[in-house]
Amino acid sequence: MAKDDAVHAEGLVKTFGDVRALDGLDLVVPRGQVVGLLGPNGSGKTTTVRILATLLKATEGVAYVNGFDVVKQADQVRHSIGLTGQYAAVDEFLTGRENLKMFGDLYHLTPGYVRERSEELLEWFDLVEAADRPAKTYSGGMRRRLDLASSLIAKPSILFLDEPTTGLDPRSRLGLWGVIESLVSEGTTVLLTTQYLEEADKLANDIVVIDHGRVIAHGTAEKLKDQIGGDRLEVTVDDPKRIPDAQLALAPVFGGESLVTESTISGPVSGGSTILVDAIRSLDSSHIEIADIALRRPTLDDVFLALTGHGAEDETQVPTKSRGRRGRR
Amino acid sequence: MTSQLLPPLRSSNPEAMKRPLLGWTLHDSIVIARSTILASFRIPEALFFQLIQPVIFVLLFAYVFGGAIPIPGAEPGTAADASLYRQYLMPGIFGQTVAFAAAASTVGLAEAMQKGIIDRYRALPMSQSAALIGNTFANALRQILVLTVLSITGYIVGWRIDAGILNAVYAYLLLLLFAYTVTWVGAYIGLSVPNTETANTAGLIWIFPLTFLSNAFVPLDGLPGFLKVFAAYNPISSLVLATRELFGNPTGYPPGAETGYWSLNNPILYTILTCGIAIAIFAPLAVRKYRRASRR
Repeated sequence: MAKDDAVHAEGLVKTFGDVRALDGLDLVVPRGQVVGLLGPNGSGKTTTVRILATLLKATEGVAYVNGFDVVKQADQVRHSIGLTGQYAAVDEFLTGRENLKMFGDLYHLTPGYVRERSEELLEWFDLVEAADRPAKTYSGGMRRRLDLASSLIAKPSILFLDEPTTGLDPRSRLGLWGVIESLVSEGTTVLLTTQYLEEADKLANDIVVIDHGRVIAHGTAEKLKDQIGGDRLEVTVDDPKRIPDAQLALAPVFGGESLVTESTISGPVSGGSTILVDAIRSLDSSHIEIADIALRRPTLDDVFLALTGHGAEDETQVPTKSRGRRGRR
Repeated sequence: MTSQLLPPLRSSNPEAMKRPLLGWTLHDSIVIARSTILASFRIPEALFFQLIQPVIFVLLFAYVFGGAIPIPGAEPGTAADASLYRQYLMPGIFGQTVAFAAAASTVGLAEAMQKGIIDRYRALPMSQSAALIGNTFANALRQILVLTVLSITGYIVGWRIDAGILNAVYAYLLLLLFAYTVTWVGAYIGLSVPNTETANTAGLIWIFPLTFLSNAFVPLDGLPGFLKVFAAYNPISSLVLATRELFGNPTGYPPGAETGYWSLNNPILYTILTCGIAIAIFAPLAVRKYRRASRR
């Protein structure tokens, strides 16, 4: 039943003028789970979150959040959710504590509760010392933590995290992951959008890959990796000009299409470690110098490449491509 | 921080407040206005320049144009004429200053939009018009401070309140009403422009012709025909004329003279009317923009 899920969306379509940002997207987030919405820039991740968070009306389709219709019961939806966007949306001239108080007041919570909850969140997010400083003086990681704390003030059961770690340094990213894991262990449902495949791999039970406003794959990280086959061989050559030759030399080794990025070729292989020997022998007989060679499990990046034909952070070609495709549909 | 689980959050379950007597819109507007005012005091430099700008205008106009612009009632070029011009000038500066309050609103909202704060507000179960009501109200309230500093400066250069305290209070209230009105126009522009850079210019561009094509600094008589008509119906002219009358300052007209325009014969009524109409148009437009707003 649609209303039992934390999030249930069916056939979402959103057009902006000529651009079809969402093209019949279905999405289910069961209660207590973390679902990662994965896709390149412009694939419709943010549009999806904005529709679910009542910020945008879908052109077609229906969506329920916490069992409430996002259009007809927007206020109930807003009471159920916390939203943290890509841009730490806090008032930078107010202190951390003042920001939390303002958002608590706007959720219409009693002053006593807001005070208690604020103190707890400041402690939890390691912001006690900075609590009375304007957010302007915070580091990027601290601001993001304050932003997340602000969306937790009313204890929402569903949290939308739209690229929560974009632009953060690795240490802050790790810290934020810890916070998200803690929230999930307490039963919060999370819909997470990200461009970082590592992030989805680490946090999400279930991954939904979208491109051009449609779901193109869905499953656990392991299942998605299996989908594109077993191990992958990755060869970096010394001289990028020799890539075509290397491709030719490796063709018999690869069991499928290979991908080239700068001076690296990677492709699916089967047959265990002897494949390494075969590859080296083949490259050697073509007199190609190898800078690095490795056999590894596929990453979600490989999944993405295999599914979409372009990389996860490959943004420039997306809009033109979608336009071309639409014309033919 | 490492990637290990943090201790569970122990605070009790959220307690919702009872709906206040006057509804959530008022409550939420006050919350926003409070935060906006608090925030503006956190940037003392910005506040300083906001206050110093009209003061510079007073000094510039009083000492550069004073004497060059003849005001009926004194011999041109004399000391009495220069002093009369300062009396005449101050309400003009008041009018110009409150008109510029719109720009702060434009820039503030464009910034809030760009930074995603409006998105956050819109995802909260708060009143959908409160963010704008609170913001415009805070901007208008800030004008009290600006008008105070300006009045003190005026006093130093020789401006006087000559028609009683009660009339002066009416004059200040009229100025605040005007400030509140233009902040709604400013809010609408702020929500319509694509970014803060545009907001900086778009917020000001319409105010300049509006203030200079008025009686704020010069009597209307010198203007050519069609500009004179525009200036006569320009609400800044009626505002400035109304405050001149209420402060007991020279109006630029001989006592009891007909101005030839209804708007200037009934400046208080005309000002209140135009403010009411402008709010009735721009407040709903701005709220509509806000409800459809998206971070750009």
